[in-house]
Amino acid sequence: MDGARLAKTVIRFRWLIVMGTIIITMAAGSGGRFLGFSTDYRVFFGKNNPQLQAFERLQDTYTKNDNVLFALAPKNGKVFTPETLSVVEALTQEAWQIPYSLRVDSISNFQHTWADGDELIVEDLVQNARNLSDEDLSRIKAVALSEPLLVNRIISPESHVTGVNVIVNLPGKTIDEVPEVVSVVREMANDIEASHPEISVHLSGMVMMNNSFSEASMNDMAELVPIMYLMLIVTMGLMLRSISATIAALLVIGLSTITAMGLSGWAGILFTPPSASAPTIILTLAVADSIHILVTMLQEMRRGKTKHEAIIESMRINLLPIFLTSITTAIGFLSMNSSDAPPFHDLGNMVATGVIAAFFYSILFLPALISILPVWVKKQEEQQGIFMDRLGDFVVNKRKPLFWIMLTLTLVFIASLPLNRLNDQFVNYFDDRYAFRTDTDFIVDNLTGIYLIEYSLDTQEEWGVSDPNYLRTLEAFSLWYKKQSRVLHVSSLTDTMKRLNKNMHEDDPTYYRIPEDRELSAQYLQLYEMSLPFGLDLNNQINIKKSATRFSVTLENVSTTELLALEEKAQQWLKANVPASMQVPGASPTMMFSHISKRNINSMLVGTSIALILISGILIISFKSIKIGLLSLVPNLVPAGMAFGLWGLMVGEIGVGTSIVAGMSLGIVVDDTVHFLSKYIRAQRERQLNSHDAVRYAFHNVGTALWVTSFILVSGFSVLIFSGFTLNSQMGLLTAITIAFALAADFLFLPPLLMLLDRRKSKTAMASESGTNP
Amino acid sequence: MKHLIFFLLPLFFFHPTLFAQTLEEKGLEIAKETNRRDDGFSDFMATLTMTLKNKHGEASVRVIRNKTLEVPGDGDKVLIIFDNPKVVKGTAFLSFTHKTKKDDQWLFLPALKRVKRISSSNQSGSFMGSEFAYEDISSQEVEKYSYLWLKDETYNGKQCFVVELDPADPKSGYTRQIVWYDQEEYIPLKVDYYDRKNVLLKTLTFEDYQQYLGKHWRPNLMEMINHQTGKSSILEWKDYQFKTGLHDKDFTKNSLKRAR
Repeated sequence: MDGARLAKTVIRFRWLIVMGTIIITMAAGSGGRFLGFSTDYRVFFGKNNPQLQAFERLQDTYTKNDNVLFALAPKNGKVFTPETLSVVEALTQEAWQIPYSLRVDSISNFQHTWADGDELIVEDLVQNARNLSDEDLSRIKAVALSEPLLVNRIISPESHVTGVNVIVNLPGKTIDEVPEVVSVVREMANDIEASHPEISVHLSGMVMMNNSFSEASMNDMAELVPIMYLMLIVTMGLMLRSISATIAALLVIGLSTITAMGLSGWAGILFTPPSASAPTIILTLAVADSIHILVTMLQEMRRGKTKHEAIIESMRINLLPIFLTSITTAIGFLSMNSSDAPPFHDLGNMVATGVIAAFFYSILFLPALISILPVWVKKQEEQQGIFMDRLGDFVVNKRKPLFWIMLTLTLVFIASLPLNRLNDQFVNYFDDRYAFRTDTDFIVDNLTGIYLIEYSLDTQEEWGVSDPNYLRTLEAFSLWYKKQSRVLHVSSLTDTMKRLNKNMHEDDPTYYRIPEDRELSAQYLQLYEMSLPFGLDLNNQINIKKSATRFSVTLENVSTTELLALEEKAQQWLKANVPASMQVPGASPTMMFSHISKRNINSMLVGTSIALILISGILIISFKSIKIGLLSLVPNLVPAGMAFGLWGLMVGEIGVGTSIVAGMSLGIVVDDTVHFLSKYIRAQRERQLNSHDAVRYAFHNVGTALWVTSFILVSGFSVLIFSGFTLNSQMGLLTAITIAFALAADFLFLPPLLMLLDRRKSKTAMASESGTNP
Repeated sequence: MKHLIFFLLPLFFFHPTLFAQTLEEKGLEIAKETNRRDDGFSDFMATLTMTLKNKHGEASVRVIRNKTLEVPGDGDKVLIIFDNPKVVKGTAFLSFTHKTKKDDQWLFLPALKRVKRISSSNQSGSFMGSEFAYEDISSQEVEKYSYLWLKDETYNGKQCFVVELDPADPKSGYTRQIVWYDQEEYIPLKVDYYDRKNVLLKTLTFEDYQQYLGKHWRPNLMEMINHQTGKSSILEWKDYQFKTGLHDKDFTKNSLKRAR
């Protein structure tokens, strides 16, 4: 690759290239109008994800679970007053107006069944709440608080908070459905708070979560991208000390981002919170290429070269390393296509596109533009290199202690890796600035859990659900689950069956048990089913053939690792106690998210390994040395290992956001290695320097640029820490740590390693340096 | 000006709001005529097969027998006997439908050997877990709705009145129904049901009408499709028998136990 010749051509056709670039960017960028924001949490799961499939099967068998949960908290702490109950009653009525609503459940429309002689009365638990007497109120309270279907689900045991749960059936045809529901729901909540200041309303449920995903994407774009630009302008201004150079670099990264986003739009990609961080990441990565070219160019100008000579020299030196780093970075991000979670495919592809675009803009548009813009520099003696020269000397002199210190640190950190536990509590993906998080936290603290495990227990026999053996098994499973710690609520058909059996025997409490005979249960169920009003049928609990029922467990705020352990115990219980047809895994969004990190790590291992092989192969070919290529593995792998170890010590929890960092950062950390090794080898091959002097040469020539780009990369990924979507903020933080460790490894670990391995060559140098080497 | 009068005059004749009757009156007229034409069947019996299907074509079948007694001046009395599935065989359901007040309902549970009176506001609820609600299949009394004639339209090659029915019962599951009545025979061919938020929920189609005793039209097949959940239910009517001599005493609490 002849950078000098390319530079000369670029300078000659500079106007053509500048205009051409702008036209191409506009063409690509016009695809941006197709970009939208996804409003479905299910996008995190590929079509073949087994947990997603299990959950979809469950939803198809019964009814959908997408819901909005209103939690009403009267400030006096009393739900059972005419005032609060009338609000519940009105909201229950009004909730039918929510778009796509399929079912509404509250304490007011709970179908209370009781016996009056041979009469079975099925009625709304609360009617005309305004006119209820104290007697009525205490009767209603007693019924609600003794009803297993309600307590810890729709009413708190202390009766200070109550819920109205609305099931919605989103057709899934447009991305506007969720915002449409949410705007109606929020208006209802606001209306209640406005007309009843004594009641606070909290909103949760899967629909609210879906909406928060798109809000998080939009917020991240709106808030982080400006911070990123500001950070880049300040840093580049300081580093380059040239207005023209800063403007040129800003244009390169801006155009790269526009190109990548526009092409994503043409490809029909919808933004999800992970992919919404793509612009920020592209800005960070794209700047490195420009920095390398501009730093060298300005250096050459300060040494007295003309602008055009400086551009040509800079391109001569930098073209190959920039090409290599761009391709390795792109490979690293493309490896995210192996992830189990599709949003990370989008992120990887968007960023890879941006990186490739940045490469072309940096070697064509940047030199063309800078040759047009006026650039002034003061001719001066070089000062930048002095610190790096001292660092180089230090590393050469202290290579042995450095080697052992770094090795020990690496091992200590890597030994801390197992401290990391997997956790993906999806509510915690959002931080406190999202109402979904604070409202859900309130609901979890005061009303019910948000994490569910559900089973469809199938008898494989029509009307099998009325079999007393089946019902007894359900009851045993329910009792077993209730005994487990951190289980808030268990819902099974047996609660209804026991109540009906009691009702059928004039409300005699001794009959509050499973009916003994199959026909009896079936006929009760038939009677009950014929008594329920619109929208409150049993379709959400029993399948169409009456062969299977839905069994739901609501958990407290447990980590997904705990949840999986509990589910594993449940599986053992099922194996020991039920026929094979009923031994099914739990299914729910919670189950899906509980597996996401592990599946993602496993799938990313494949992609990362392929990327590692490709990258090492590229290094071996370009450095024409197998030894150097293999050696590069150390500084390429150590940083992620150390970063995850430190993470284990600091945080101790890995989620789906952090699980992709190793693969993603590989392509970035390899850049430092490429730049350092290319200079080291050039020193050895072109200047015949020994390993010590080659290290010094590398520090002198590339140390500053590495320091600068690493600083920018660390700052850039640190900007993601400001994201309110913790998946992104943790990914940003961990990547920043990884890049910092990469710089440390390239400065303090790789050189001692090179010198140790090149000992034979350096023996000749030993003589001249005997004073400093013990 | 003379020309104008000639053009406008026909409009006065045909425009229903200006001449003869309002849209509401025309709708009501159609409903009354529909009811009037079926008056006097006195009683009938039939066997029904009900097939419930979900989105994936999973199906479940129930077989029931229906006995209906016409009650002049009030809603019909209906007795339903369950033959299949086996676990509910012998269960019998008795309902006195009324024009405006709540229906009276009893169910006999053979396994419990007791008749239970059901007191609930289940008119909007599902009939035996199907997509049919009670209010869809119970006797269609004129007083249960207010009417609005919308237009005339051809449906399935038949000239139809299209009438909107607004339920009088505040607990109804619907805001409105749109019914296509055959203009010749005054029988419903299709009904669209709109849910409480006025979104299309279900469509009922009547197929294979046959005339009995030279007067009473009955469909052999009714299909209800739920557009929101993708579920559907099919009611197949067989062995219609009219004027079988059923009597009030065949529709009592005690008759339920004997009704095998």
